[in-house]
Amino acid sequence: MPAPPEGNPDVDLHLIPGAVASIGEQDAIDAAIGSAPAARHLLLPALHAAQARVGWISPGALNHICTRLLVPPAEGFGVASFYAMFATKRRAPRTVHVCDDIACRIKGAEGLCRSLEQKFGAPGQDANGLNGAATWVRSPCLGLCEQAPAALVQRAGESRGDEAMAHVTLEDVVGAVETGDVRAAQQTIAPQTAEPRDSGLRLLRRVGKADPSSLDDYRAHGGYVALRKALALGPEGVLREVNDSKLLGRGGAAFPTGRKWEGVARNPARPHYLVCNADESEPGTFKDRVIMEEDPFALVEAMTIAGYATGCEQGYLYIRGEYPKATARLQHAITQTRARGWLGDNIMGEGVRFDIELRRGAGAYICGEETSLFNSLEGLRGEPRNKPPFPVNVGLFGKPTVVNNVETFANVLDVLAYGGPAFAASGTPGSAGTKLFCVSGCVTRPGLYEAPFGITLRDVIALAGGVADGRALKAVLLGGAAGVFVTPEELDMPLTFEGTRAANATLGSGVIMLFDDRVDLGDILIRIAAFFRDESCGQCVPCRIGTIRQEEALHRLVAARTKGAAAGARDVGLINDLALVMRDASICGLGQTAASAVQSALQKFPVLSPEAR
Amino acid sequence: MEAVPLNFVRAVDLKIDGKDVRVPEGTTLLQACKSVGIDTPTLCYLENLTPVNVCRVCVVEVENSRVLVPACSRVAEPGMVVQTDSERVRHSRKLVFELLGSSVDLSTAEPTFLADLERYAAEPDRFDTGDAHGHGAKATVKQPVKIDNDLYVRDYSKCVLCYKCVEACGTDAQNTFAIAVAGRGFNASIATEFDTPLPDSACVYCGNCIGVCPTGALMFKSEHDMREAGTWDESKQTVTDTICPYCGVGCTLQLHVQDNSIVRVTSPHDHDVTEGHLCIKGRFGWQFVQNR
Repeated sequence: MPAPPEGNPDVDLHLIPGAVASIGEQDAIDAAIGSAPAARHLLLPALHAAQARVGWISPGALNHICTRLLVPPAEGFGVASFYAMFATKRRAPRTVHVCDDIACRIKGAEGLCRSLEQKFGAPGQDANGLNGAATWVRSPCLGLCEQAPAALVQRAGESRGDEAMAHVTLEDVVGAVETGDVRAAQQTIAPQTAEPRDSGLRLLRRVGKADPSSLDDYRAHGGYVALRKALALGPEGVLREVNDSKLLGRGGAAFPTGRKWEGVARNPARPHYLVCNADESEPGTFKDRVIMEEDPFALVEAMTIAGYATGCEQGYLYIRGEYPKATARLQHAITQTRARGWLGDNIMGEGVRFDIELRRGAGAYICGEETSLFNSLEGLRGEPRNKPPFPVNVGLFGKPTVVNNVETFANVLDVLAYGGPAFAASGTPGSAGTKLFCVSGCVTRPGLYEAPFGITLRDVIALAGGVADGRALKAVLLGGAAGVFVTPEELDMPLTFEGTRAANATLGSGVIMLFDDRVDLGDILIRIAAFFRDESCGQCVPCRIGTIRQEEALHRLVAARTKGAAAGARDVGLINDLALVMRDASICGLGQTAASAVQSALQKFPVLSPEAR
Repeated sequence: MEAVPLNFVRAVDLKIDGKDVRVPEGTTLLQACKSVGIDTPTLCYLENLTPVNVCRVCVVEVENSRVLVPACSRVAEPGMVVQTDSERVRHSRKLVFELLGSSVDLSTAEPTFLADLERYAAEPDRFDTGDAHGHGAKATVKQPVKIDNDLYVRDYSKCVLCYKCVEACGTDAQNTFAIAVAGRGFNASIATEFDTPLPDSACVYCGNCIGVCPTGALMFKSEHDMREAGTWDESKQTVTDTICPYCGVGCTLQLHVQDNSIVRVTSPHDHDVTEGHLCIKGRFGWQFVQNR
């Protein structure tokens, strides 16, 4: 495998005086680093190891990591303090992250958090009566919106590791804080896969059918047909099929996959890298999690095809840190596939070399931005880079890099299996194929749905059984926190890239979150603004300060609405001014869309009128 | 006889504010603007540091670009049509100045910075109000001054997070890596590991971070103490160029003198030898001059 660049051997390391890692910390860190030469890109795995061992990154642990990897401690600290799942002050070894983001909020997460505060004390402090064994914290979206409210137990120093909880009650969370036991484990909710099964499923065809832990079962359900086809076609043939398929990226930007692949394949610089962006963190989004949990071999196979077509020998799968179940299943799948010889130096005996390394994020929405993701993988702070240059030219480790979303990869299998032109014929002319929709909020059957592009928003909502409890629909959040709110009058919007664009909306990551007439949109907007304030990396001024000023102005507006709209005119002006500078002058997509949902809501809904509550 | 390599530099033609501009390939938009006399505000940019393009005050509008682009790091391309004073550009620059002014103490910032605030009619105060019940009260970066050594103080209430000090401490000058950006978002700050005091950190007191700081967040202790005592008076100061007496490198020093005492030492950013950077001896080792 091409070796990534090593750490900086010229650094004259100055360690924190007197701080020594415990034997346990040293063992955990050494195990994560292995015998590899000092390499900066192992910083995140090493920090994970230290955190998982004692529940925080101690000065001694940082010293040990920095010595092994030749990273200056100030920079190591800068990276550790960037991620929400790492504590850089002593924190109890057991931490329960309770989601209070929008989907969980409308299912009572705020009340849950208040009760927890009463019982255990402030978030992040040692929980009352547990002798420093546990604490709880509030968390942004955990990607379990269809099973809201959700929580995640982070268990340091235990073999059990981390575990997600869904449909939690106060008793469940209290139990998790007190004992670490999970009584409300997450499930997979894709209603179309229940009997009678929807026969049109493509991306979800194996969900609920094939055993996600068995490579043989994966093959029995059509697995590895696509890779064999790809090897028969040759790299050029694969590129042709993907181009012909008109497949557009599913991560939110809708960039033509074929063009991206061709850009890397034709780039003379070597090595090439392949990255799967599985840092799904957009509030309301859980589609990639379901694919990774229920059909992990599909992702491994699709990445292998992509690596083969674009001349990459090393792939990185960067998964968000809050997905322990998907992480375990993917790791198992990668190991199984490697043992079978379908990852490694001689794939299927065809002399093709490709392997995948699984890397966990550590709680940073920004790392879903592709260049932040590269920086995170390289052991730097997850701050976005300026573009151009684009990843096809200068990506991971400065090399040409293919980076695609999980759902995009999942589509590649069908492109190969049925041929590019056949794929292009499905969906609509501008949006080929099917799309995964994450339906949550005030809806009868929340869950993951698959439908051909072109289905209307109304029909997706109908698939999910309509608004829950027979209530009236107030608003739909389309595309996630970085998306837009749409009104009940806009439900006939066709869900395609071009259709949503024409309606000044976006498909984003496929989020469809419903709000009924009982939901206070003002409260939801404040939470969305808080999300962006919390997740801003802090690099550029428009986003770093703009997101906090936006949140402050919303707090004032919502507090003032009993006085009528005129009271807030000045703050509305500020919010609009902020929206412009964040959209125009932020470095990356986070800042550029941080005002999008708020703006759409203020324009379309009487959020600020006294009756809006 | 050896062949002499010829370095061909291609010319790039572009339009800036309606004017045809020709620059050598590789020129940034900032340099291109300067070449035709257009004054672009900058904050995180400095000739002797790698552009980080984080402050966004130099943004310009480029035709067919969805968002504004930072002039300091974007390279001119053939056929580019650039606007440096459009409504969008003025709005973004103004807001960036307002956002900084609303959260950071700019009382000792460089005069050019304060002039730019005025040029764009920035009103940082308009973000000031929380309501009567404290809803939406304004957050700032205000915090206690860090005084943990005899040579310089760190007042991060004045920090605009331009990354210049981190760059000067790192690969752009000193390669000491004593400081980095820590934390995230509005809580991001410049810090040593675990905020350890400078004497326990990797800091070698070259003072190059002070040399690049645009807001006085990093300041000679001598200057800080005089400001505290109310005796700092730049109108009474002279600047004398000399050569550092310590080693053979020959760094140019500029001695800032008030009341016959050296109050700080700098080096010009455009100087061939130093590029503005010094070491602890040149920067701080002048007390002997004043041993009377």
